Amino acid sequence: MLVLDNVHTYYGKSHILHGVSIEVRAGEVVGLLGRNGVGKSTTLKTVMGLVRPSEGHVTFEGREIGGLASHHVAHLGIAWVPEDRRIFKLLSVMENLRTGLDRAGVTDAKKKDLLDKVYASFPVLGERRGQAGGTLSGGEQQMLAIARAMMLEPKIILLDEPTEGLMPRMVSQIHEIIDVLHRDGVAILLVEQNVPLTLEASDRVYIMEKGVVRHHAPAADLRANHAVIHQYLGV
Amino acid sequence: MGIPVEQILIQTINGLVNGMILALVASGLTLIFGIMDVVNFAHGELVMLGAFTGATTLAVTGNFWLALVAATLIVAMFGAALQISTLRPLIGRDPLTTILATFGISLVLQKYALWQWGPSARKLQEPISAQFSLFYLKYPWYRITTALLSAAIIGALYLFLKYGKYGIWIRAAIQDRVMAQAMGIPVPLLHTAVFAIGAGMAAASGVLFGPLAGVTQTIGADFTLRAFIVVVVGGMGNLGGSILASIFISLLEAYASLIVSPAQAVIVSFVALILTLLFRPTGLFVPTPK
Repeated sequence: MLVLDNVHTYYGKSHILHGVSIEVRAGEVVGLLGRNGVGKSTTLKTVMGLVRPSEGHVTFEGREIGGLASHHVAHLGIAWVPEDRRIFKLLSVMENLRTGLDRAGVTDAKKKDLLDKVYASFPVLGERRGQAGGTLSGGEQQMLAIARAMMLEPKIILLDEPTEGLMPRMVSQIHEIIDVLHRDGVAILLVEQNVPLTLEASDRVYIMEKGVVRHHAPAADLRANHAVIHQYLGV
Repeated sequence: MGIPVEQILIQTINGLVNGMILALVASGLTLIFGIMDVVNFAHGELVMLGAFTGATTLAVTGNFWLALVAATLIVAMFGAALQISTLRPLIGRDPLTTILATFGISLVLQKYALWQWGPSARKLQEPISAQFSLFYLKYPWYRITTALLSAAIIGALYLFLKYGKYGIWIRAAIQDRVMAQAMGIPVPLLHTAVFAIGAGMAAASGVLFGPLAGVTQTIGADFTLRAFIVVVVGGMGNLGGSILASIFISLLEAYASLIVSPAQAVIVSFVALILTLLFRPTGLFVPTPK
């Protein structure tokens, strides 16, 4: 569904991605592991149209999307949950959700369904729907960022370090929602530092190093063989 | 000091009326800055263009209110065209380029107005000529109407931003343009729309201001200057702050003109500007930054 083929990107003069090739099939959870600064977030931003690939191709459902403006990328069914969450802090929880909900062609009944679903997964968002996003705790903000992406009814969610800095209880809640989305057939490209979570939640895993993919294997294989993980990630 | 109470009351009303017209200009300016980071030096010229468009429509139709609506819509459309043709291509460039571009636009519009409408001042005929007694004065109802109408337009803008679908989009884009666009919000289109709204509001205040003073091709510069003072004092990009600051500055000038001549009263605005920049550069009417 989503294919990156030999993608190179630059920030100014620094060469960040040196030919990344990744594929995510429909409904699949794909993990993207790697140390800090190897280009994982840049990979997601390139898909989202925030960074233009200088070489290579990004295709979604067979259509070239490399360099497409990000609102068009979102309309195709790709949602992004950025690393720093980037919720709209001065907007209420409900207004944050409405940024994704108030699209053309979404009926009131459909809106209610989507909201009910999110409030069922994250009851705290329902309780705080009138509260400004900036007043939520870090974990709640992460939930809001994921919930906001779900409002777009995406075919794939690009999830960037969703458990970073969260309490263990919140981490397991994030894990649960990944499983729920997976069951619903939403594909996920999961960037994480949390290796056990990634290996459990993903179908397949790519390991990046210095702007390229070094290894690629089914998550089950990596769960059984920790040597590879140790070799690339030192954990 | 023996300033009679009635003079203070009259100046309070004058300050509020001027403040509301200024708020109409400044809220458009601050909205444009908030969403685009564009400092629009041509904003005053949009006021002037509105006033002249209104004067022309009034001369043809004889209906002031029709002129008000027509000028607002025409200048809003003109603003959209201006944004698409000159500002949109500059997105992502050095902010200095947009400053120079808007400054250039203001010069072009001023010279166009001089060429098109000539150098002599035009006065729009006020639609309401009734007056009421205010102490020893006959105070025109039109001034009160102007303040109320400005308040209504600003109130409508507030409700639109607070509850409207596109209002939420605009507020989201003001806070985080990149994230808003990643949520599927067509941010480039929103920029054009906001510029058009700001231009329309500027035009409306130009028409409303027309009967109070003569319309010449240079009235824009005065509005730009005042609106900038207000936007800085109120906090860049802060709508509520700009409105409060408009009233604050106008009241300040109105009271100052009780003591010194009106021409000198402008000095207090600059003093307020300098003090704000020295002691509270984020603006007077915003919460203390954390």
